[in-house]
Amino acid sequence: MADSKYLVGVFDDGDELLHAVEDIRHQGVKIHEAYTPFAIHGLDKALGYSFPRMGVAAFLFGITGTCCALLLTFWTMGVDWPINVGGKNFFPFPTNIPIVFELTVLLAAFGMSFTFFFMEDLGPTSKPIIFDVRSTDDKFVLAINLAKNKLSENEISKLLKESGASEVNVKEV
Amino acid sequence: MHVVSPIRETLVLNGKTYHDVTEDICKQVEGKPTKEWKIVFGISVLVLLYGAAWVFWTWWEGLGVWGLNKTVGWAWDITNFVWWVGIGHAGTLISAVLLLFRQKWRTSINRAAEAMTIFAVICAASFIVMHMGRPWLAYFALPLPNTFGSLWVNFNSPLVWDVFAISTYFSVSCLFWYIGLIPDLATIRDRATGTRKKVYGALAIGWTGGARAWARYEDVSLILAGLSTPLVLSVHTIVSFDFATSVIPGWHTTIFPPYFVAGAIFSGFAMVQNLMLVTRVVYKLEDYVTLEHISLMNKIITLTGSVVGIAYITEFFIAAYSGVEYEQYAFINRATGPLWWSYWAMMTCNVLSPQLFWFKKVRENILVSFVMAVVVNIGMWFERFVIIVTSLHRDYLPSSWTYFTPRMGDISDYIFSFGFFFTAFFLFSKFLPVINMAEVKSVLKSSSEKYPEKKKVTA
Repeated sequence: MADSKYLVGVFDDGDELLHAVEDIRHQGVKIHEAYTPFAIHGLDKALGYSFPRMGVAAFLFGITGTCCALLLTFWTMGVDWPINVGGKNFFPFPTNIPIVFELTVLLAAFGMSFTFFFMEDLGPTSKPIIFDVRSTDDKFVLAINLAKNKLSENEISKLLKESGASEVNVKEV
Repeated sequence: MHVVSPIRETLVLNGKTYHDVTEDICKQVEGKPTKEWKIVFGISVLVLLYGAAWVFWTWWEGLGVWGLNKTVGWAWDITNFVWWVGIGHAGTLISAVLLLFRQKWRTSINRAAEAMTIFAVICAASFIVMHMGRPWLAYFALPLPNTFGSLWVNFNSPLVWDVFAISTYFSVSCLFWYIGLIPDLATIRDRATGTRKKVYGALAIGWTGGARAWARYEDVSLILAGLSTPLVLSVHTIVSFDFATSVIPGWHTTIFPPYFVAGAIFSGFAMVQNLMLVTRVVYKLEDYVTLEHISLMNKIITLTGSVVGIAYITEFFIAAYSGVEYEQYAFINRATGPLWWSYWAMMTCNVLSPQLFWFKKVRENILVSFVMAVVVNIGMWFERFVIIVTSLHRDYLPSSWTYFTPRMGDISDYIFSFGFFFTAFFLFSKFLPVINMAEVKSVLKSSSEKYPEKKKVTA
């Protein structure tokens, strides 16, 4: 990513940014990413991202938890050390439901969250590129990589201004 | 076009902008601790030290420092445990259930409520460890391979379910809380310099607020809420199984799971109410935690209080209807026996007093709300005391009948949990943002006076 030149459009309002993204992409400009202080609904769609499917991770980890819990209770209670309590079943299914449920939730929640951290490259040592520090405060920021676009710096800058950007800055990364 | 319902009350007052939100909330994290904070924090630490000395004495001397006897083998320990776990339900409830129901007013209180949940669950767990008597053997409750022969824990026991339920609930609550904190930690990082930037930078794990990350983040939050909702219901259900699966008259009832869950929501909301009423004044957050929030919390307190009231009456009816003499006696003994005062304290605090909230004037009175929240939690403590002690103190054998009197050990170990709870809460409120900035900003537009021209469209 060395020596990449970015144009950073700063917007004051989330809806303006959303419309700007639609307009600018319509002009054939490739957007690097939009940074906002809170989630703007529909922004991922406007940027052409696919629907987030974190549920898949949650399901896979959850089903792993279910299987592990069943295996644990079945093996310990039914195989390794069966206890005879008045001739009852060694492995009565209903009494294992709480354990199975809890482990399912535990693995689904942690598995999904760590998948999310991994996918977004989030970790205590990760060094993020921050295009404008105000993007976690009150500004809505659009970053455009000039090297990946055919239009010139001036043209894109003009487009950003026209679609409502209050400032357009240049940032080299 | 931005559509806003004209009937909705504004959630954030005095025309705050996005930047105002950041400033108002970050102020107490970035500034020096105030004098008030130092005083209350100092008191909490002293209480904690006093309690910690007694907890140490409990471990050193044994459970003889408590007032337990041959007949009453569980008293304040498990009462306190159930009480704290119940309080610990509100955080996840506010974040998860209200998120699923799209209740926007939760955004101002969810952060503090979740933090409170975590600390309350730690307090609850401390009583479990204490009542073991030999806390260094606490790991016996886990299914670990061991050298004592391959003896495993008994998965048929509700006490083992409890270990799994509480630890899962604690871990998932911490995760939910932390994930909610990430964007706000990034906000603090981007405003800070020096050591603070490094610390909050590491905690913010490189969050930038990119659109793809936000989309996934929202998805993760929603699924976590979906997972936490049955989880929070399961935890108190399983706590109630500790009693309901036994054969003690007064405990052996099928109504326990829903009744315990309703009671948990009831006491948890009361505790959140108490903490937020203090926090909003100390940190000058009156524009974020408004009368509307207080009133909505009171409505939920009234609802759950009434559910609990119906459960009390149902229990009595079922005991009478069952025709089981022991069951009937257990309930008559509760209301008229030697511990009648605890039963009527519970009835007054939990069932009668919240009914005052049917009046709008009462519901929107800050002082009354605060006092009522304290009353509710006193009532909920007595509820657990009534269930546990009055069911035990007169058992099947009249020669064993006895009375329970707490000793210094019982009282001081309970004080310990308060010391820990408030010390942890004050540390949290100083070093982390007490209100979820990102979420408040996201509801600002639909619920602030800042955008009158957009409101006019629909009004």
